[in-house]
Order: sequence, then structure tokens, then C-alpha cells
Amino acid sequence: MQVNEFKPKIVAFCCNWCSYAGADLAGNNRLNYPDNVKIIRVPCSCRVNPMFILRAFQRGADGVILCGCHPGDCHYTSGNYYTRRRMALLFSMLEYLGIEKERTRVEWVSAAEGAKFSATMNEFCEQVAALGENKRLEDLRCKQ
Amino acid sequence: MQRIGVFVCWCGSNIAATVDVKAVAEALKSEPGVVFSTDYQYMCSQAGQDLIKEAIKEHKLTGLVICSCSPRMHENTFRKVAADSGINPYMVEIANIREQCSWVHKDKAIGTEKAIILARAAVAKVHLNTPLTPGESEVTKRALVIGGGIAGIQTALDIADAGYKVDIVETKPTIGGKMAQLDKTFPTLDCAACILTPKMVEVAQNENVRIFSYSEVTEVGGFVGNFTVKIKKKARYVKEDVCTGCGLCTEKCPMKKVPNDFNLGMNNKGAIYIPFAQAVPKVATIDPNYCNMLKNGKCGLCAKVCTAGAIDYTQKDEIIEEKYGAIVAATGYNPISLDKFDEFAYNQSKDVITSLEFERLTNAAGPTNGVLLRPSDLKHPKTIVFVQCVGSRCSADASKGKEYCSKICCMYTAKHAMLTRDKYPDTDVYVFYIDVRTPGKNFDEFYRRAVEEYGVHYIKGMVGKVIPEGDKLIVQGSDLLDNKQLKIEADLVVLAAAIEPDKSARNLATMLTASMDTNDFFTEAHPKLRPVESPTAGIFLSGTCQGPKDIPETVSQAGAAASKVIGLLAKDKLKGNPCVAHSDELMCNGCSSCERVCPYKAITYVDKEFRMPDRTTKVRRVAFVNEAVCQGCGACTVACPSGAMDLKGFKSKQIMAEVDAICK
Repeated sequence: MQVNEFKPKIVAFCCNWCSYAGADLAGNNRLNYPDNVKIIRVPCSCRVNPMFILRAFQRGADGVILCGCHPGDCHYTSGNYYTRRRMALLFSMLEYLGIEKERTRVEWVSAAEGAKFSATMNEFCEQVAALGENKRLEDLRCKQ
Repeated sequence: MQRIGVFVCWCGSNIAATVDVKAVAEALKSEPGVVFSTDYQYMCSQAGQDLIKEAIKEHKLTGLVICSCSPRMHENTFRKVAADSGINPYMVEIANIREQCSWVHKDKAIGTEKAIILARAAVAKVHLNTPLTPGESEVTKRALVIGGGIAGIQTALDIADAGYKVDIVETKPTIGGKMAQLDKTFPTLDCAACILTPKMVEVAQNENVRIFSYSEVTEVGGFVGNFTVKIKKKARYVKEDVCTGCGLCTEKCPMKKVPNDFNLGMNNKGAIYIPFAQAVPKVATIDPNYCNMLKNGKCGLCAKVCTAGAIDYTQKDEIIEEKYGAIVAATGYNPISLDKFDEFAYNQSKDVITSLEFERLTNAAGPTNGVLLRPSDLKHPKTIVFVQCVGSRCSADASKGKEYCSKICCMYTAKHAMLTRDKYPDTDVYVFYIDVRTPGKNFDEFYRRAVEEYGVHYIKGMVGKVIPEGDKLIVQGSDLLDNKQLKIEADLVVLAAAIEPDKSARNLATMLTASMDTNDFFTEAHPKLRPVESPTAGIFLSGTCQGPKDIPETVSQAGAAASKVIGLLAKDKLKGNPCVAHSDELMCNGCSSCERVCPYKAITYVDKEFRMPDRTTKVRRVAFVNEAVCQGCGACTVACPSGAMDLKGFKSKQIMAEVDAICK
């Protein structure tokens, strides 16, 4: 194993009903994915405020992924539709600010899709790792 | 400042094998606010819980971080431990270091490092936790069962027997479902009608049960204990309470060429029909697609012959709105369409049939009155080939069939083969199989009887092709045990088609916000420990809508679902979810952004008086969250431009603290 291999910091917001359960299923089935993915549980993907994503980039995250129920399957009926629209706006704004589109993603993962969760995380990590570190929004004053 | 205790669970070797639990506990000791940190083999065990309780007392803890399995597993366990020790249960956070750490990372150093970060994030969140108290809501003491097959009937009966009101909604004109179409049932070979129809009558006569036949659910709102459901009662053009079920109209109807769907289209019925003799409710229904009176305004014969005066050509669909405390999905299954399986010539020859069609052919109430005749020329078939796993266990090409095992086919094929040999000993019966799967009480004995006593030829291998040739069907298959190719001249080929969830289930799942797996079976809250509950509170699962099942299993699951419903309806009040939205009145400017995104209409606006610094009062319009209605999705928190709206338990500050801890 290479020692200097770049491991991007990835924050994954997962909705409680589908994607968090999907991540649990990936665990149950022992489907490996990179350890640099850290999951934050939110009740619904629509709970994710754009501020959280900006904050993650400010604090040095290299990629942020948002996982929710498939469209039409939201536990709260319509939450993921809000997510889809909000994030479309936010991600294009982030791109304008110099955060590549490849660093951000919205993915629908159901509670039955452990394999998809694992595959998505593997692929997303590779994608972010290829871009290297995220310096654009990082606020060095936050580093101790 | 909180006084936080960190408890790292080994989960036997589940966590300890890939995470150095002692190192995690040690590392967390230096986190701000952490006054106690330890590890233990099984934190969820009684000894583990006692350890937490003692630590709470000894160190005067105000917040707990449990590093263990998923919060979906044991969050409630540890919340209860906290509550027992006098801490608010919502001062507990779980760091998921099993499913999302130890089980997905093999390297111990990496696993340990990640576990520490996850635990730190949980500590950061607990610092900002506040005590929460759940609100209470009333429970409507009435249950809804969607689907009137054996699963729905049994669930409804069990709920009704416990003294609760229950409604059954069935899309067909009669209850009974698939079981009503069956001839005999394995492994006892008692006739399906003999054991089902008394139950149908029983459920119809039970004073706690209402049956909405020929109806469907169109809208579901509300939440556990307080669902509001709209049911569309389709117009059957016959007054249900007036019709006596005499059947005279069905005989007199001049339109005789309506495919009889109860017999799977193998014979015809009238435009006005009663599905079968023992139908419940025994009421005629007019098919508007075929009735001349409804289509052209000519005929009206049924109205003339009906002495009861039950026919009403002007009847309209009716929408009924009712409140329920619990909903049971029992939507059942259908055999898959065999259009994609050209090799079996199902669409080319009338004599290639599905097992369910075979079931009707051997049923005394079926199109041939129970005499086994092949559909094309009504002759006795002398050679019958059964093909198992048609569309089941298709891993190679899932777009064509299903990946799963349909579970019931091995047994019913053995039953069909045995019954054929019993009634018509001169018939040669072949069964092609991949495996014969007979787990179940007296199942394997049953299958062996078919082979040993009844002389059914079981051949391990798949059928490659069925070719209609003259009045014969040439079946080409391979015998894997003898390693040779076979060619059988058959008179009848019976395909054990895979079963799939009823098409209505997908739509229903969306209405119920209940989750489904990739095959459109409803998912259970826990595959082993909560098999009859959906992850959505108040929604329960009964029968094959959850996965392939035979009748005994369906009945036991129906009973289990009923007992869960009874447990829910027995409560007078339900504790709600305290993690609901909350608006800061001082910051709210009454813009209505939150109101617009709320899927539950939980946000209203009130005019509130505020005291201004100059001692005057000013009335302002501010958002008010109805905590009993709010489900806590958090859509409003993001929509709020002034940052007044926040979600208890998932406050913006808490999530940002987690983000900070992870990115550190």
C-alpha cells in the first residue's frame, strides 16, 4: 500500500429512512467502501441546508454527497424533490465558485440498496480523489 | 457544560475485531466535556446497561455517547437506559461504529481511526442536545386491511376477534383472492374452497368487519394512530344492499362473450356476473366495458329480470373517507407475464398453460368442471410435462424473470403431478426441475410420495424449447443427472410461472410512504426481528406482498400482523416524535416560505403581540408549528430565509458541529 496515497475527506448526508438504512445494509453484507466516507444521519435529505455543505467545504472536506430515498419514495412524501431542486442550484453556484461539480453529488439509495450504497461511495471517492485536495473554500483559520 | 459519558461496545467480536475499542475509549477521554469513557463487551446486555446506569450516577453524566451498532437497532434501548437513570432520553447519541465502520473496513488501524472520528462527531452533537419531550396523540380504534385474500381475511378476523373495528378494501368484486382459485392445498390436499369459504363467510358476518369490495384506496394521509384514508367504491351498477345474489341476471344477460378472469380467461361469462358461487359479498357486478345498456343504452334485460330491483345503471363511483389507527397491506401476488418466454410457446399454443390455469382446469368449479381436458381440443392429455422455475431464480437475465425463488412452485407442482396420477393413472407425468425445495412441515414427505408412490418422473434439468407440432408439443430438455438430451412428446405443458407482487402494491407503497425492495415486495422494519411491520410506523405487512409465501406461512404472518395492530390499537395515547420543527418567534418575519413546503400542513400563522423596547406592543404574524402534525422532515428549516425555523434533535448547530468534527 502506498503511504502517500491521497485520501479525500468525504462527508455523506444520509436520510434516516432509505439511505442510512442502505448504508447499514452495506455493513450487514460486509460490502466495503473507503473509510474516508463519514456519514451524518439526517431525518430527510431535505433537512440538509446548503449551509452544511458550504461549512463542510470550508472546514476542509474534499467532497460532499447527499443520499436520499428515490423520487416518489420519500418517507415525507416530497422531501427529496426539494433536495433535488435545491442542490441543482447549489451545485451550479459552487461550480461558479470553483468547486468542481464532481465534488458534489445527490444520489438516491433505497433501504434495500446496500450494494448501490457501497458502489456509489467507492466510485465517488475515486472521482474526488482524482481531483485532489479542495483548497478553494477551505478556511485555514479553522485549522488548529 | 455537559458532562458526557462515552461507552464503546465490542459487540463481541463484531466491532472489536476491526476496531481497537480500548484505543477509542482512551482517545475520547481527552475530548472536551467527556468525563467518563469506557468499553464493554455487550453494551446492550443487562450488564452493559447496568454499567451505563452506574456511570450516570457516579459521574453525574448529562449526556451519553454510545459507540455501537446502528441507531436503527438499539437507539431506543439506550434511550430507555437514560430515561431509567433520570436523564432525558434525547440526550443520547449513537456513533454507528458497527454497520458503518467495523463491518465495512478490514484494517484495524483504519477502523479505529474512523471510529474515533465518528465518536467525536457524536460527542460534538451531544454537547448541543437539549432535553425533548414527545407530544401525545389519540389513537383511532379502527384498522384498515388492504387486500381481501387469505392474508387480509385472516388479519381482519384476528383484529375483529380482539374487539376492534376493521375494514377490508378489495379491488375485486369478491374477497377470497388467489386461494379461492385454487383446487387443493398442499401438503394435506384439503380443498381450498372448503377451508377458505367458511372464513369468507365468517369475516362477512363478523359485526366488527366491514368489507369494501370492488373498491380501492386512493389517498392516504396522516400518521400512525391517525390515518385518513379515501376509498373509492367503484360503481358496480348493482345496489349491494338490495341484490340477493340469486344469479338470474347472470343467466339472462345476452352478452355471453366476456372473458372470465376468475377462470383466467379459459371460459366466458356474462357482462353482469358473480365471480363464483361462494363469492362474498354475493352480489352481481356489471362490467361497463361489455354491457350493452351502459355502452349504447340498449338492452336493460337484467333490470327487467331482477325481482329485487337491484340494478341501477346510473350508479357512480363513490368516495368514502374514514379514519384509521393502523393500516395493513395485504395486496398479494400474481404470476408473472410469460410474454418474454418465447421458448415455452406459451403464446403459441393453447395447451401450454400456467400452473394457476392448471389449478382452474382441475377445480370442480372450473371451466371443465374439474375434468382434466386440454384447452385446445378438450381431450384427455396422456403425457403432461411440468416445468419448474419459469422466471424464478433468473440470475443471468433479470430483465426477463425474477432473481428470487418463488418458494411455492416446487410444492404445488408436486401436488399437481400427484393429483393427476391419482385421478388419471394412465397419464405420464414429467417434472423438469433445477432443485426441488421442500422445507416445511410434511413437505418433503409429500414430494417423496409423488415420486415413490405415484411414479411421477422427476428430471433434473431445464427445458430448452417447446415446439407445437400437430396436436403435440415437443418438449426438448436436458437430463443433467444422466447427461443426455431428452425429447418428450407431450399433450399438455404446465409452466410454474414465478410470482411477483401485485401491480397495485407500488402505487400503494407510495401512498403509505412504506418502502419496497427492488422487486416491489414491501420491506419489513427488520428482516428477522420485525418481520410484519413496515419501517413506517402504523403500517403492517401481511402475506405475499412482503415476499413469496405458502398458505400456512401467510396465515401465521397474518396473525402476527393482527397482533401488532391490536397492540397498537389497545393504546389510548401514542407518544409522538419530539424531533419536530420549532420556530423562533423573535426571528420569524412571517414570510410563509415554510408553510409552502410543509407536506403535512403543520405550519400555520398566528398574530402575536411583541413588547417593543419602547414599551409599546406590536402585533406581528409569525409561524406556529403544530407539533402533533409535524413529522420532522426538516424541509421548512431549509426554506426559512431568516433562520428562524429549526428542527429539534437535528438542529442546524448540531449538524454543523458534526460536520466540523468529521472535517477536523
